[in-house]
Amino acid sequence: MTTQTHEAAEGPLLSMHGIIKKFPGVLALGGVDLEVRAGEVHCLLGQNGAGKSTLIKVLSAAYQPDGGTIVWDGGTVSLTTPVAAMGLGISTIYQELDLVADLTVAENIFLGHEVSRGGFSRRSHANAQARALLERLGHGEISPTRPVGTLSPAAQQVVSMARALSHRTRLLILDEPSAVLDQEEVRNLFRVIRNLTAEGVAVIYISHRLEEIRQIGDRITVLKDGRTVATGLQVEDTPTQDLIQLMTGRSIEYVFPPRRPADDFGDPVLEVRGLSVSGVFSTVDLTVHAGEIVGLAGLVGAGRSEILEAIYGARRPSTGTVSVAGRRLRSGAVAASVRAGVGLCPEERKSQGLLLDHPVFHNITVSTLARFSRGGFLNGAAERAEAEQLTTALDVRPAGVNRPVRNLSGGNQQKVVLARWLMRECRVLLLDEPTRGVDVGARTEIYTLIRSLADKGVAIVVVSSEIEEVLGLADRVLTVREGVVVHEAPATELDESRVLDLVMEGSVA
Amino acid sequence: MNESSTGLSAPGAAAPAETPSTEPAVPVTAAEPNGTAGGRALAGMAVLRSSAGRNLGLVVALGLLCVVGVVTAGDRFADVDNILTILRLAATIGVVSIGMTFVITGGGIDLSVGAILALASVWSTTLATQAMANDVHWLVMVVAALAVGAGCGLVNGLLIAYGGVVPFIATLAMLASARGLAEILSDRRTQIINVPAFREAFNGEVLGIPVLVLIFVLVAVVGWIVLNRTTFGRRTLAVGGNPEAARLAGIRVQRHTVMLYVVVGLCCGIAALMLVARTTTGSSTHGTLYELDAIAAVVIGGTLLSGGRGTIVGTVFGVLIFTTLSNVFTLNNLSISVQSVVKGLIIVVAVLLQQRLASRSKT
Repeated sequence: MTTQTHEAAEGPLLSMHGIIKKFPGVLALGGVDLEVRAGEVHCLLGQNGAGKSTLIKVLSAAYQPDGGTIVWDGGTVSLTTPVAAMGLGISTIYQELDLVADLTVAENIFLGHEVSRGGFSRRSHANAQARALLERLGHGEISPTRPVGTLSPAAQQVVSMARALSHRTRLLILDEPSAVLDQEEVRNLFRVIRNLTAEGVAVIYISHRLEEIRQIGDRITVLKDGRTVATGLQVEDTPTQDLIQLMTGRSIEYVFPPRRPADDFGDPVLEVRGLSVSGVFSTVDLTVHAGEIVGLAGLVGAGRSEILEAIYGARRPSTGTVSVAGRRLRSGAVAASVRAGVGLCPEERKSQGLLLDHPVFHNITVSTLARFSRGGFLNGAAERAEAEQLTTALDVRPAGVNRPVRNLSGGNQQKVVLARWLMRECRVLLLDEPTRGVDVGARTEIYTLIRSLADKGVAIVVVSSEIEEVLGLADRVLTVREGVVVHEAPATELDESRVLDLVMEGSVA
Repeated sequence: MNESSTGLSAPGAAAPAETPSTEPAVPVTAAEPNGTAGGRALAGMAVLRSSAGRNLGLVVALGLLCVVGVVTAGDRFADVDNILTILRLAATIGVVSIGMTFVITGGGIDLSVGAILALASVWSTTLATQAMANDVHWLVMVVAALAVGAGCGLVNGLLIAYGGVVPFIATLAMLASARGLAEILSDRRTQIINVPAFREAFNGEVLGIPVLVLIFVLVAVVGWIVLNRTTFGRRTLAVGGNPEAARLAGIRVQRHTVMLYVVVGLCCGIAALMLVARTTTGSSTHGTLYELDAIAAVVIGGTLLSGGRGTIVGTVFGVLIFTTLSNVFTLNNLSISVQSVVKGLIIVVAVLLQQRLASRSKT
């Protein structure tokens, strides 16, 4: 491992103390400490939702913290705008690269601070400087004049890093940089990172692959529930088992409704056979019985949501079949799935699930309009009345089915989406992150509601980034990693660290 | 019959006939309640935000316009013949605007309405069609116009829903080619209609109300019912409000989108027949710039250009406001150019006001 040559002489390049960031109803960061030295690769570890993304957004000034201090190079700073952060030398490379596909490599590198004189761009100058930056990264073979869209993801990442370097970066934040790379490319990436740290650049490295952290990392900070639980751990001195332990265990305990005995399920309702979407996930087999809740655990981007969408017909599978109660669904046809009794509560409730400016009852009856229509004419009174019954039963607050759904809280909006499928009396319910953006109190209600649906014989599939939620709610858990179901077991035989280990690429022996 | 008098009934009406104005008078309306409310601006805002309030604003605007008309033109404005002229002019663009309301509410736009109208007017008045109409029944012309309108709408809809062409471009292409086709079919000549039964049917009156106006009323009433009381209307709102959510709720968004463009195409077919009857001609120049007038009327009426909210009543007022505005200007011998400037101002003020109201109601 690289050893720090700079650390002895100077203080840390960056230290963050007690950083707090609140969102409505959620404490995203509840006191985070982080110290990064020049020339080191500092790994940031934590489960989904632990606060890693929020923290790096605070660092790149995309968010303003509500408390805490940031010391940069010995002086307290407040990062008010992304430009200010960049001015200090902090650059972030996100998973989703923000490059302009139609511009050339050089144009992308100098986007926003173009090499120009008197308003005229100086192309040859820019190209020469871009070439120098790329060579510094060990990738002189990338032509500065090529359109970025024609490059591989790995090469695009190098371009992003060259862009960061063009800002005289002293701290480079890499958010899951290896997610899109193959092994050879990852080795390349590590070489680039070492070139940078040798020059004294500090790197914050976020990855879920513990194996990689062993290879590239110098020190580790672990976040859990928006707090630092361990910081400055030396990579070589810290067993993986300890890291997993640090990441698991939650400060808030959710109450989950009791399960029914495992032999008490009905007939198979949902049968998925060999379902694949090329490039996203492959050959998923899944059977869900009446009354059963199956959980899909996995990292964001592992293909969980895509599996649900393909089952639902919102995404056309390349191979495989989906059957409901023995009848095969037409693939890639949402309307047919809905008619067959399948419902989906999508991951992005606001953009995919709701008609935000429409009243609550529109949102509930939208999938059941045929029931309220005679010859195409809607019986609005019946619609409102039935919607009202459901919102009362689910305790949607504030009451009133004519209220725009936009004005409801996250938990109540989720209840509205659930009410839509309750009204439809569907046989299969697919839930994608059912408690995202839902506060603690409403979570329990939603868990209870989901369980009571299962008890009525609905077959349910739940996707959640929170392992605890999957374990607490589901009867059976499938672990998805990089588009493949790698493990399946009854929830009672699993614990959080076991699943986390499975999810994060099996680094525990 | 002096039905042809439609065109000449009011001396001032002939000119505006070509451009039945549809521009927004709403802004005036909206501004008005605020002004009169004096210090109670907030209360005024609250009223305006409700749909009844928005329509109230439109009513006030139209009322003001009429006051201006009476003051400046006196009896020439407040004359039954003049009012009927305004209504007859409003009827054609009104029917197009009702169709446009559906498309815009559903999240789309149709720039080709004027061109489709021209093509339908030409196709239904070719010598061949007229010969057949005289031989068989004047309904032949009606069928021809409706089929052309629906057909063009179908092409638009298929291109947009299944071809993935954005509505702006798809209907822009239709604008160009439909009018071109109309020119080819008519050889750029104005086709006089020579089917007396057709002219009688469309230019007659029922209980003193011109048939053209009745058609507009009928289309508006049906449009209102469909948008507000049917599954089709509800789905239109859903598709326009959030197409992805609508799709995931099980609505066949593509199919619905096609139907929306067929609806507006049909409206263009109806409007073509009305224009043919009023002018007694079919021509490739009919309906020029109708797309702009229709969009303007829809927008000042309160339909959200981004989709998801639509109001037929608002559209009807939008059309009436613009047509009345044109009439008042013409009676006062103000040029078309001045009218255009005022229309433009009205549109801008209306939309600015709506945005203010919308942003307030969201917070």
